[in-house]
Amino acid sequence: MHAENEVSFRDAAAEALLDPQLRANFRRAMDGLMSKRRAQFPDPGDLQELRDLSTAIRTRSLLALPDLLEQFEAKATRNGIQVHWAETCEQANELILGILRSKGARTLVKGKSMVSEEMHLNDFLERHGIEALESDLGEYIIQLDGETPSHIIMPAIHKNKDQIARQFSQKIKDAKYTEDVDELTAMARKVLRQKFLEADAGLSGVNFAVAETGTLCLVENEGNGRMSTHVPPLHIAVMGLEKVVATLEDVAPLYAILTRSATGQAVSTYFNLITAPRGAEEKDGPREVHLVILDNGRSRIYADPGLRATLRCIRCGACMNHCPVYTRVGGHAYEAVYPGPIGKILTPQMEGVGVRHDLLHGSSLCGACAEVCPVEIPIPEILVRLRREATHDDVGSNVAGRGTGHTAIEDWTWRLWAMVLKHPAFYRIATWFATRFGNLLPARAPLLRNWTRSRTKPLPARRSLQERLRAEGGPHV
Amino acid sequence: MEEVYFYATCLVDLFYPDAGMAGIQLLRQAGVRVVFPEGQTCCGQPAFNCGYWEEARDVARTQVALFPRDLPVVLPSGSCAGMMKVHYPELFHGQPDEAQVRAFSARVYELTQFLVDVLDVRLKDLGEPVKVTWHSSCHAVRDLGLNGEPQALIGQLSNVELSPLAREQECCGFGGTFSVRQPEISGAMSCDKAADAESTGASVLLSTDGGCLLNVNGTLEAKRSPLRAQHIAEFLWERTRAR
Repeated sequence: MHAENEVSFRDAAAEALLDPQLRANFRRAMDGLMSKRRAQFPDPGDLQELRDLSTAIRTRSLLALPDLLEQFEAKATRNGIQVHWAETCEQANELILGILRSKGARTLVKGKSMVSEEMHLNDFLERHGIEALESDLGEYIIQLDGETPSHIIMPAIHKNKDQIARQFSQKIKDAKYTEDVDELTAMARKVLRQKFLEADAGLSGVNFAVAETGTLCLVENEGNGRMSTHVPPLHIAVMGLEKVVATLEDVAPLYAILTRSATGQAVSTYFNLITAPRGAEEKDGPREVHLVILDNGRSRIYADPGLRATLRCIRCGACMNHCPVYTRVGGHAYEAVYPGPIGKILTPQMEGVGVRHDLLHGSSLCGACAEVCPVEIPIPEILVRLRREATHDDVGSNVAGRGTGHTAIEDWTWRLWAMVLKHPAFYRIATWFATRFGNLLPARAPLLRNWTRSRTKPLPARRSLQERLRAEGGPHV
Repeated sequence: MEEVYFYATCLVDLFYPDAGMAGIQLLRQAGVRVVFPEGQTCCGQPAFNCGYWEEARDVARTQVALFPRDLPVVLPSGSCAGMMKVHYPELFHGQPDEAQVRAFSARVYELTQFLVDVLDVRLKDLGEPVKVTWHSSCHAVRDLGLNGEPQALIGQLSNVELSPLAREQECCGFGGTFSVRQPEISGAMSCDKAADAESTGASVLLSTDGGCLLNVNGTLEAKRSPLRAQHIAEFLWERTRAR
């Protein structure tokens, strides 16, 4: 059975591969990120210790998630943060629109938030007459062109300096053409400073939510996160429900491994801890702080012990930086909010393993992602599990779209495959034919023609090993 | 005298029988008696990776049954050894024969791993000077945890210079069904691997895995490159056999 509205990663990736500029941009950027990360972890033993600790913290946090969320909500509420819950993106969008309208807000300045991308919040707000401006430099760059992020940490990484220079000179009022990075940054900064001062509200994501203190932690490098959350009178934060940890102590190792894994930094330039709106005696900070906690399929993932590790993710992006597929096709080819390896397991679980089964097969299962993941998410293992879910509806799980990502031909092929391989006599006949006549298969035969796009035909040996051993009276027992 | 089982794997059986022969000879050269049970087919990895676990289990069960004695099972493949050692326990989780399969998995070794870690072999190079390069198969390193054993064996050969790939641990693009399901991406990865190998100046690329060899060789041949990929067992045997 095949799901309708299937999305083809293969087609999008094939198109991306034809763009040499794109491939060069990604390869160069990912090489830089890989070497910066490597430099942060000179000792494999220390790295493993930090990974073990981080994995343990995230695992423990998820194990206690319902309790921690309750504890967090109670504490944050006592601190004066207004907590809202949304099961779907639509609900989250409506909630935010409601909050903005209740304050008469017309403009929103945004710090970087992947959850808001998940909600397609900008489009939604534009449709309802509210201007949403991205203030993260990368997000600002892609917003100018109406694009989506191609990387979860570096959203404009698909563009190089020259492309951005051209774009700024065309899209920013009174901008002159320059390829000087500092001048380009200054241009964006000038526009954004004004917006920060004028905006009615600011929006941010959340890296960690601390249950014991009700604190929102925000990791960033540009100061735009702090401006978005402190300058406008209203701050709205959005986060996925998996982000909560028990204590501030839990945050330290996660933060240390997050920045090192993501951008190869020992610390980020800014680390914001937001615990309450402006106090009566305080002179700055927002008057109101709201937090929208989004589910969007997460509780379903949470309920399956074999898939729960998906939610350990701290969104560092190291898996994509090290992925041989992502490095070559870039983030847009995934046609998903979260690209790369983590996206390959997250997106099908959110949207359905049938409609996105092409993503599940867009991996050679090389394991480079799991090798660098700071919280040791077994991405290849989960991919295989989801392939099983896509092809079977009798696993006894609750995975979205289960059993809708396969064809009858596929089922019969594997049945036939097993039939041959579990009977040595059949296998012997099959290899006899392959060794004698395998070379006669035309290079354009189905499947083989995919192989021969870039390779010569694989030629079976003239005699199989087993046949040779039998002929030589080999070491059989 | 020590005794081991040899499991050829379907790719070696059909495409690289010389590598299989060489593996057996290397073990014998180290003073080990090699037992090659009849009835070997495939470890079941392709079906397992595609989600067809019942089919994979059916095949795996017939293979496990071929190795009843408490002997090491040696494979000339990191990927198939990884399947049998690491993924069989997952595949048989909760099955009535899980304990039996786990006991089997514990006895599985990749060939170079067995030669170095268990037999601690010393190779004597009898060949002409040659420059080679080395490609780590993803599953050998990341599933099975191979940790420099093949390179250590190459390092024992006095006339062999190892010129490393720029991206030695990057996937060659094979990935089993990935190579035909995603031919464009797989092809791009393979071409990059071939180019990397060519720029080392080596005359042969060595690896532990038939899948990588088929892929890299097919790509090199399509590019009309003089470079070839060869199974490490075959190379080691050619260099060390007394003529």
